[in-house]
Amino acid sequence: MHMADALISPVTGGAMWAVTAGLISYCSKKVKDDLDDIKVPLMGVMGAFIFAAQMINFTIPATGSSGHLGGGLILSIILGPYAAFLTIASVLTVQALFFADGGLLALGCNIFNLGFFPCFIAFPLIYKKIVGDTPTQGRIVAGSLIAGIVGLQLGALSVVLETLFSGISELPFTTFVLMMLPIHLAIGIVEGLATAAVVVFIFKARPEILRSASQATPIGNISVKTVIIGFLGLAVVTGGALSWFASSQPDGLEWSMAKTSGSEELKEPSNHIHEAFSGVQKKTAFLPDYGFKEPALENTGKKIGEEPLAVEGQESWPAVNAGTSVSGIVGGTLTLALAVMIGFVLKRKKY
Amino acid sequence: MAKLDSQLFQIDALDELASGDSIFHNLDPRAKLVTTLVYIGTVVSFGKYEVSALIPFAIYPLVLISVGGLPFFYLAERVLLVAPFAFFIGILNPFFDQTIMIHLGSFSLSGGWISFFSIMLRFLLTVGSALVLIALTGFHAVCMGLEKLGVPRPFVVQLLFLYRYLFVLIDEASRIIRAKSLRTFNSRGTKIGTFGSILGHLLLRTMDRAQRIHLAMCCRGFDGHVRLICPLKIGWKEMVFVLGWVLLFFSMRFYHISEHLGLMIMGNIL
Repeated sequence: MHMADALISPVTGGAMWAVTAGLISYCSKKVKDDLDDIKVPLMGVMGAFIFAAQMINFTIPATGSSGHLGGGLILSIILGPYAAFLTIASVLTVQALFFADGGLLALGCNIFNLGFFPCFIAFPLIYKKIVGDTPTQGRIVAGSLIAGIVGLQLGALSVVLETLFSGISELPFTTFVLMMLPIHLAIGIVEGLATAAVVVFIFKARPEILRSASQATPIGNISVKTVIIGFLGLAVVTGGALSWFASSQPDGLEWSMAKTSGSEELKEPSNHIHEAFSGVQKKTAFLPDYGFKEPALENTGKKIGEEPLAVEGQESWPAVNAGTSVSGIVGGTLTLALAVMIGFVLKRKKY
Repeated sequence: MAKLDSQLFQIDALDELASGDSIFHNLDPRAKLVTTLVYIGTVVSFGKYEVSALIPFAIYPLVLISVGGLPFFYLAERVLLVAPFAFFIGILNPFFDQTIMIHLGSFSLSGGWISFFSIMLRFLLTVGSALVLIALTGFHAVCMGLEKLGVPRPFVVQLLFLYRYLFVLIDEASRIIRAKSLRTFNSRGTKIGTFGSILGHLLLRTMDRAQRIHLAMCCRGFDGHVRLICPLKIGWKEMVFVLGWVLLFFSMRFYHISEHLGLMIMGNIL
C-alpha cells in the first residue's frame, strides 16, 4: 500500500511530510530522553531485520498464496512505539530511495500510513489492552490479530483519503474504499498471524524479552492521546496553510481545465468530503478563483487568434481547442527529443 | 532465493554508481537533495490533465544521467520494475472519466486517458529523479546531508545503522532459507508454525547481535551519543546547481515550452 508520488498533490504530500517530520522529531526526542542506549544499535538492526523478514514467506492455508511480516506491529512490541516508529520510518526511507517503492514526496504519507497507525493506535490501544501485563499465548494471538487488522484498515483508509484529497485519481470514494478495505482486511489478518507466530515463539523461548519491552515503554494513555490530538491538529493547520498558499496561485487543475476545456470548472466530484474541503478552501483562499483566471484565458484567447483554422472547425463544441492540443502533442514530442539530445551532447562532451 | 540475491545486488549496484567521479557526483549532497525535492514538488504540482507541459521536465534526470555517466537502461529497468502500482491505480481513470477532451480528426481521447498518461509520466519523472539522486550521491552522503539539513540525529543514526546491517541480516536470512530448503527437499510451502520459529530465531539472533554491537560500542567509548563527522561545504558550484535548476523548473512550470514550440512549428506548417 505504498503510495506513489504520481498520485498525490503537493498540498497533501506537503501536509503529510510536515506531520511525519513532526512525529519523527517527537519520537527522536523521546528515544533520546529514554537513556536506554542499547536501543541505538537495536533499532538499527531491527530495521534490517524487517527487510530480511519480508523475504521469508509462509503459506496461507487453502489459498495457495503466501504472506510475510509487515513490520509496524512487531517493532512496537519489541521496541515500544517511539523507537518502532523511527525504525519503520527508516525502513520506508530506504525502500523509497533504493527500491523506488513509493516516492520521496509520498514518503510522508507512507510513513504515516504504515507507521503511525500500528505504532500509536493499534499497539497501545489494542495490543497492549488485550495482552496486558501477564501475556498468555491466546492473548498474544488475539491481540496481534486484532491489532494487525485494525492497523492496516486504518492505514488503507488513510491511503484512500490522501488519494482523494490529492484529486489525481478518478476513483470515487466509495469504490476506492470498497476496493481497499477488503484487500487490507486479508493483508491485516496475514500480518496479525505472522506477528502472532513470531511473538508466540519469543514468548516461549525468551519471555523476558517481551516483559522488559513492555516495561521499558512507559506509555500511558495520556501521552498517546496528546500525540494523536497534537498531530491531527498539526495536519489540519499545515494542510490549511499549504492550501492557502496553493490557492493564491491558479490551481493547476483549474488552470489546465480552463485551458483544455475552455470552461472554468467542469463539474465538482459529487462527494461530501470534496465539497467540505472545497468549502474550506474557498473560505481560506484570499483570491477565490478570480484575478489569476483572466490571464490564463487571455492566453488561450491569443493562441486562438494565432490558430484561426483550427478553431473554426471546433466551434460547435466549446470544450476543445484542437489547435492547442495538437500543438501540445507536437511540442511535447519535440521537447522530449530536445531533452534527449541535450543529454547525448553532454555525454559526448564528457568523453 | 533468487529474489534475495537480486535485491542485495540492486542495493549494491546503486551505491556503487555513487562512487563514480563527475561534477555532479562531487557536489554537496544537500544541493542534490534540495533540488530533487523541488523538482518532484514542481512535477506533481501540475493539474491532472497535464501531459505536454510535463515532458520538458525529463531534462533534469536525463542531464544528470549523462553528465554523471550513469547507465541509462539499468536505471530505466529499475523504474519500470516498480511501475505496476501507479499503473493499476491510474488505469482506472479512463473508466471513471469518459469526458472527451481532445479530438484529432476522427480520433478522440477521453479525460481519463489523458490523466492516466499524466500519472504515468509523473511516475517516471519522480521515481527516475529519486533513483538518479541516490545513484549520484550514495546513501551515506544522503544521510549526512539530511543531518546537516536538520533531520533529528537519532533518525539519521537509525538510517545509517539500518543500512550498515541490512546486508548482514539479508545474508543471514538467506542462509536460513537455504538451510530450510535443503532440509525440506525444496518443498514449496512453509506452515505458519514453522514460519514463526524460523523468524523467531532470526529475531533472537538479531537481538543478540544488537547486544554484541552495543557492547563493542561501549568498549570503544560509546556514551549514548553518536557523533557524526560530515565535512560538507556549500560552495559556488552548489549554489549554481540549485539556483540554476530551480529557476529552470519554475520557468518550465509557468511557461509552457512544449506548447509554444509546437505552436511555432505548427504555425509554419499551416
